[in-house]
Amino acid sequence: MSLATYFDYFILPILAVSVILVFIRLIKGPRVVDRVIALDLIITIGIGIITVFTIRSDQKVLLDVAIILALIAFLGTVAFSAYIEKQEND
Amino acid sequence: MIDILIAIFSTIGALAIFFASLGILRMPDFYLRLSVTVKAATLGVGLLLLCAAILFPDISVTTKAIAITFFLIITSPIAAHMIGRAAYFTGTPLWKGTIIDELAGMYNKETHELESNPQNKEEITAENDQIADTEEETK
Repeated sequence: MSLATYFDYFILPILAVSVILVFIRLIKGPRVVDRVIALDLIITIGIGIITVFTIRSDQKVLLDVAIILALIAFLGTVAFSAYIEKQEND
Repeated sequence: MIDILIAIFSTIGALAIFFASLGILRMPDFYLRLSVTVKAATLGVGLLLLCAAILFPDISVTTKAIAITFFLIITSPIAAHMIGRAAYFTGTPLWKGTIIDELAGMYNKETHELESNPQNKEEITAENDQIADTEEETK
């Protein structure tokens, strides 16, 4: 079995199933903070999927997108937590 | 040789991500879900990026992969700390099997400061800690 088929038939399906499992938590909640960390985890898994796709399609430009996504995940979580904490304060 | 190394690293990485997503679905309360998410997902994505860094014989890809890994390792604990703190302030309940809520009464509710020995600290009772009474509150 070559490395390409291993990536196609084992690694990528596992990552796809992981995104689906996290998406169930994003819908279920039950609180806002649960949804925030679920969204953060989805973006982090997205970085992994982009990396595997970079390897498979031999397009190294796609790693730039992964850098931007890592930045957005961090900024999003920090902004959400700042506003959630402030909302309780008023 | 390199193929076997790549296969091992990518398998461990994908399984770590899978366990993180299983944990965020199955763990009983928010704080346990948070502790599962941050560490396992960072490890998994870091290992997948390591695979890309090994496979491409190009210095730009290696630099980008190391930069993303470094950035994730630096920022994800900060984000987890901030969201955990916001969750405790907004009164997210702890799992009902939690033994002790050591933060109860330690946070100043007006200034949002953590004090190790507050002046007017009331006794920790079953009423003022945040441990949930039933399983359904945190599910």
